Amino acid sequence: MDFTLTREQQFVKQMVDEFTENEVKPIAAEIDETERFPQETVDKMAKYGMLGIPFPVKYGGAGGDTLSYILAVEEVSKACATTGVILSGHTSLCASLLEQFGTEEQKQKYLVPLAKGEKLGAFGLTEPNAGTDASGQQSQAILDGDHYVLNGQKIFITNGGVADTFIVFAMTDRSKGTHGISAFILEKGTPGFSIGKRENKMGIRASSTTELIFEDCIIPKENLVGKEGRGFPIAMKTLDGGRIGIAAQALGIAEGALDEAIEYMKERKQFGRPLFKFQGLGWTVADLDTEIEAARFLVYKAAVNKDRGVNYTVDAARAKLIAANVAMEVTTKVVQIFGGYGYTKDYPVERMMRDAKITEIYEGTSEVQKMVISGKLFR
Amino acid sequence: MNIADYKGVWVFAEQRDGELQKVALELLGKGKDLAGKLGVELTAVLLGSDMDNAAKELVAYGADKVIYADSPLLRHYTTDAYAKVICELINDRKPEVFLIGATYIGRDLGPRIAARLRTGLTADCTGLDVDMESKNLLMTRPAFGGNLMATIECADHRPQMSTVRPGVFEKLGKDDSRTADIDKFKADVSSSDVKIKIDQVIKVAKNVMDIGEADVIVSGGRGLGSQEGFKVLKELADLLGGTIAGSRATVDNGWIDKAYQVGQTGKTVRPKMYIACGISGAIQHLAGMQDSDFIVAINKDESAAIMKVADLALVGDYRKIVPEMVSQIKAMK
Amino acid sequence: MNIVVCLKQVPDTNEVKIDPKKGTLIREGVPSIINPDDKNALEEALVIKEKEGGKVTVISMGPPQAEVALREALAMGADDAILITDRAFAGADTCATGYALSGALKKLDYDIIFAGRQAIDGDTAQVGPEIAEFLHIPQVTYVEEVEVKDKNTLKVKKALEDGYETVTVKTPVLLTAIKELNKPRYMHMKNIFKIFKQDIKVWHADDIDVDKSLLGLSGSPTRVRRTATKEARGKGEIVNKPYKEAVTYALSKLKEKHLI
Repeated sequence: MDFTLTREQQFVKQMVDEFTENEVKPIAAEIDETERFPQETVDKMAKYGMLGIPFPVKYGGAGGDTLSYILAVEEVSKACATTGVILSGHTSLCASLLEQFGTEEQKQKYLVPLAKGEKLGAFGLTEPNAGTDASGQQSQAILDGDHYVLNGQKIFITNGGVADTFIVFAMTDRSKGTHGISAFILEKGTPGFSIGKRENKMGIRASSTTELIFEDCIIPKENLVGKEGRGFPIAMKTLDGGRIGIAAQALGIAEGALDEAIEYMKERKQFGRPLFKFQGLGWTVADLDTEIEAARFLVYKAAVNKDRGVNYTVDAARAKLIAANVAMEVTTKVVQIFGGYGYTKDYPVERMMRDAKITEIYEGTSEVQKMVISGKLFR
Repeated sequence: MNIADYKGVWVFAEQRDGELQKVALELLGKGKDLAGKLGVELTAVLLGSDMDNAAKELVAYGADKVIYADSPLLRHYTTDAYAKVICELINDRKPEVFLIGATYIGRDLGPRIAARLRTGLTADCTGLDVDMESKNLLMTRPAFGGNLMATIECADHRPQMSTVRPGVFEKLGKDDSRTADIDKFKADVSSSDVKIKIDQVIKVAKNVMDIGEADVIVSGGRGLGSQEGFKVLKELADLLGGTIAGSRATVDNGWIDKAYQVGQTGKTVRPKMYIACGISGAIQHLAGMQDSDFIVAINKDESAAIMKVADLALVGDYRKIVPEMVSQIKAMK
Repeated sequence: MNIVVCLKQVPDTNEVKIDPKKGTLIREGVPSIINPDDKNALEEALVIKEKEGGKVTVISMGPPQAEVALREALAMGADDAILITDRAFAGADTCATGYALSGALKKLDYDIIFAGRQAIDGDTAQVGPEIAEFLHIPQVTYVEEVEVKDKNTLKVKKALEDGYETVTVKTPVLLTAIKELNKPRYMHMKNIFKIFKQDIKVWHADDIDVDKSLLGLSGSPTRVRRTATKEARGKGEIVNKPYKEAVTYALSKLKEKHLI
């Protein structure tokens, strides 16, 4: 088993590392403080092909593999978890769904601009009454001749206020329950489609997390993705990929926090010596480093297995479960290492701790991941 | 090539707009020392037009001889004209050493000449000496971004060429009573020799520097006492060709703009020299400057954290120390 | 416009540290990068190609691992890459290096040769002008701006200590880039997944137009007699004298270190 990255993957890592250092890191604190969506970063990522890494060249992508894309999410997340989720939500949830389930026409019309970074994508599944219980969809899409009429509401949608292309899920046949949900492509600016309130959040504060409101919104029939009633499996399959993205984000957050701690422990002196000379603290860091490495390989394995074409649902669940867990643990302990200074906004670690929490919640809570894993174990 | 045929120390007397550059005089100072050790003549090589006074000045600053190639085409530096004239002179008169100032002109000209003559050129020398056994020049220079000092020798080729930065060596005192042979002649150079047409020469005042780019930073903290303190620091910064900067406290107090803030929530800087005045050295500030090549701290409090981090810690009041530094440095010039 | 960019792979000297016990350079773990000024040269070449059409070739003289730097240049957008490598080049000073590169360049068609002003390990700024001399073409150093007037003519802004000059020059010409010239781009994702399938030409001493006796250590007019690391940062010195004396002492220390 060869654990070295390919040359392409090494270059992706190098490029995103430089990009993050120069473009992402310098504004990370400011955008968190002001909740400002970093449009300029998105434009730059688009320019360098970062919004289409795992898609074929014929669809406007870079022709790369999933692990390369995951490495990119990880690298940007080391400095800014918001930038990580913008990239992940767009690529794994929206564009990737179209790549897997779209018709050729839909791919040409919607996937190509997303992969090229000309448009930004979002995924609208969650509703006020349908979170972990995603099947409880109340939004409704009624077929009327050559179009559907969509009514309802989504909440907590990443990239909601800024995306151009949305995949939204709605009931097309309530009598069929979970088998009555369908997936649709919805463009920004469609009459009847508006953006509702923007959430004021604990972390990833610059990410545009909003409500979507549908009031007699007209969706052309051609915008149905897959067949009617296939929406739920499409959503679940897409979330498998999305989980790897979030796992990479969590991994990046943990690594960024630990790197800050290591630098700080070399400089900060108490009782006449730098912090790293205190065995208790050195051991803590050793534990955190090891946990990060363990999480890393579960994340990378899920990415590799996705490309191999084998079932990677449980791999993805494990990856997200462990990475989110590690992100919380590492950031919390890192703030502790920084002591009082870590609690202030002079240092980025308090932001990293606030950012880490969401990774245990969105795209399937840690509890959901455990359901997936135990479901397989006890089949 | 017969090494023994090559005798004499030559210095390129760089002139710009008819004015001799200080580095040329400094190289005459060092050249005298080298010529003495080698037992040979020190010659200044001057290219230009209407430069008779400059030629005399070169004598006053120590040249035993001046070669003055005169032509309107040499008034303003061009690679092709200068390289042609100088290479012909060198091939004709065979100096063993040729020193050039490491200026924009010098670093453009030196390698062109060295390649044409197929000889060795050592750049940015900080030390020049003579190996008394071999009579070869020993040239010492920094490499690897300044992390390494290398001593270079050019044993089998002549002339041995070096470029030297301004300010490394010292010029001799001016002695107008000195006389020496000034060999002025019409340079054999025509416009077809010059492959570049100069359209415009524009002088530009130095912009406000980005502190991240500065080689020298003079930084102030709460200990300055007031915004006025920065005026004192600016004088020193200007003199050293650097910029001022401030700690978080000074920015919060409105004494200086945030663009100049050094520290955890400001900029991280790595200048060649960081002079911290009235800065205590809180860990957030140190994070922004501790990788500077050389740190000087000026603080009334000997036990301030910055004093432990500094390479050179001066205990005292910056209000006295900094103006004194300014006046002593001016006196050196 | 046919542009050839000369590029060097260098250790990131900002990351080089000195072992305080042995007094030697710690080179392990120091990443190898494209020399920063060379990246500016490459960026400008790519900009000119985007405006005027043509081709950008990157060339480097180095050990086999320099290939990674050439791949990075391809990922930034260069069309072709050539590595010249041979044990015969080892130990070359700037003169022998410039000579070897000129031997390779003689085999190429070019309107512009673009090099970085200086490398961050050698810090000499000599190879560019030496190549120009060996090729008998004009040079413009310290380039801040380039404008293509027509296929044969460039208008170049050249930095001076206290300003700049604008010059007009006919191609072929060698230019050396400084960092003020532009902000180099990053690698493009699409390129990263293409360029490892591309062949990089590898030339040895036999493949280029040179007199072999003028290569490498034996072809170098200068030799390194000895090296010493600068002192690792030791303990600092505290000066507690009356201010005039303190300043005199401090300035003498700074002068010693060539800081003033």
